[in-house]
Amino acid sequence: MTTDQSPLIRIAEVDKTYRRGAEEIRVLAGLSLTVQRGEFLALMGPSGSGKSTLLNLLGGLDRPTKGTVEIGGERIDTLSDRRLAGWRARHVGLVFQFYNLLPVMTAERNVELPLLLTHLSKAERRKHVATAIAVVGLTHRKSHYPRQLSGGEQQRVGIARAIVTDPTLLLCDEPTGDLDRKSGDEILSLLQTLNREQGKTIIMVTHDPHASARASRTVHLDKGQLSAAAPA
Amino acid sequence: MLNWLSQISAITLANLKTLPERRGAAIAAAVGIAGVVTVLVGVLSIAEGFQRVLAVSGSPDVAIVLRSGSDTEMNSGLTHEDTRIIADAPGLARNAAILPLASAELFVVINLPKRSTGTDANVPLRGVSPAAFDVRGNLTMVEGRRFEPGKNEVIVGVGAARQFSGLDVGRTVRVGQTEWTVVGVFTAGGGVAESEVWTDAAVLQPAYHRGDTYQSVYAKLISAAALHTFTDALTTNPALSIKAVRQSDFYAEQSTLLVSFVKGIGITIAALMAVGALFGALNTMYSSVAARTREIATLRALGFGSSPVVVSVLLESLALALAGGVLGAAGAWLAFDGYMTSTMNWQTFSQVAFAFRVSPALLMQAILWAAMIGVLGGLFPAIRAGRIPIAAALRET
Repeated sequence: MTTDQSPLIRIAEVDKTYRRGAEEIRVLAGLSLTVQRGEFLALMGPSGSGKSTLLNLLGGLDRPTKGTVEIGGERIDTLSDRRLAGWRARHVGLVFQFYNLLPVMTAERNVELPLLLTHLSKAERRKHVATAIAVVGLTHRKSHYPRQLSGGEQQRVGIARAIVTDPTLLLCDEPTGDLDRKSGDEILSLLQTLNREQGKTIIMVTHDPHASARASRTVHLDKGQLSAAAPA
Repeated sequence: MLNWLSQISAITLANLKTLPERRGAAIAAAVGIAGVVTVLVGVLSIAEGFQRVLAVSGSPDVAIVLRSGSDTEMNSGLTHEDTRIIADAPGLARNAAILPLASAELFVVINLPKRSTGTDANVPLRGVSPAAFDVRGNLTMVEGRRFEPGKNEVIVGVGAARQFSGLDVGRTVRVGQTEWTVVGVFTAGGGVAESEVWTDAAVLQPAYHRGDTYQSVYAKLISAAALHTFTDALTTNPALSIKAVRQSDFYAEQSTLLVSFVKGIGITIAALMAVGALFGALNTMYSSVAARTREIATLRALGFGSSPVVVSVLLESLALALAGGVLGAAGAWLAFDGYMTSTMNWQTFSQVAFAFRVSPALLMQAILWAAMIGVLGGLFPAIRAGRIPIAAALRET
């Protein structure tokens, strides 16, 4: 990706429809959205409004039925599965609501996973992992398994895994949805720091107004389209 | 490529580490495969053991002469005159005293109780000429001595001594109206002669009212290549109606019927069990993939390719199958290798003593079966794992 001043994300006229039997469900309906580099964007909206679907399109986990998804000047909606996987590995960090850590691996090994897709040597990988774990403040817990960590700690491991390849874009799907208020606040502060100090562009799906308040901009989705105002 | 391999190793390692959580199904699948391998190895080791006895029995430079039209010694017959002409044929080896190495022999079957079951079984009793020991070349007395010509004495092969009662040195065996004293035990290089009882042909002839006839001549040739000279000389002699067979071919031929029968049964049973084991492996791997759907989706979301996922599921299935295969092979080896028994040789209607033989080639074959079950059982689950829809599967809990 280039470091120019053009927007990082351009989504134009995107439709996403799913088939369920004979029924066709239109989850996104002609949605357009532009996100600048360095933004911390909160995506809000009721269940079924298309937040997660939009996040999946941005992460290259799914393809639009219609329209274009351009990230860092590259059309990702036209990439093959294989190239899309490579693109994800290089450019996107994903943070999940339920952390999605591999239970049989230590925190350290979980964080290392995306680096296995690079050509880094073992020593270099170890260095990157140590840095990422230090950024989330878990150096003392690096050899623990997920089941030995609290929810907040597991989400920190998830964030370390997302930033270990130093991607431009972080996509977070309800990152505090499974956490208590205190742990959630810590995670939000961490995301804010990554946004402000490391210049990561962050897009965060959330239900929680408290969480969206930490973002630099909030957009609301309703019935697959952006709505101007927050719903009551 | 390196990248691809490191993806595979990371996923496979993660898969294998979750095995303890799924140990019930994993053990069931492995045991199923172990069962297939045990049966396969067990049954085929019978064929291998039997085949080996007959394979080491025959020497390429020994010819067996039978009456023309006979396939076995049982239905062959030669006159004294026939055997004299045969002993004079060209191509025959001679000893230091320039006597031909040809043994005119009689072959009858006697009844003796099996040690294991106490039931009577047919034991071959062979009457031999003095040259028999030099013709065979590999006969060694391991107990007692050789029989004395002209006396009612027998020597017994170690296989026969082990399988049938009453054949210990010093005991007497009653056959028909005559009693025979066991005076020695011999080995014959593991060959079929070890299942036989031997005596002097000249003593056996009157005991069985055979007059001065024989059933076969065992002839030592000057070389394996001399068979043609030897055969030609005999078959062109108008006074004779005989055929000569190379001893090694003769015994190889004898083993084919039983060996192919046993192999057929072994492979059929194992194949039926393999179908069952295949479904076991299939089920285990499907549930393994189902249990890890979210993990696989996570790895795919991180950028892992679908082919490393497919390969790693196959590897897991293969590892499980090989574990079962090794277990089954080791079990079969411990249980069957060297197990002594005897069975009917349908060509001679008499018992052949042999040991089950779990050979390295047989173990390899069994492990190959296990691997095949593993790969087939893992194939469809692996393809399913490779096609998991990432976005939907990420949210599975």
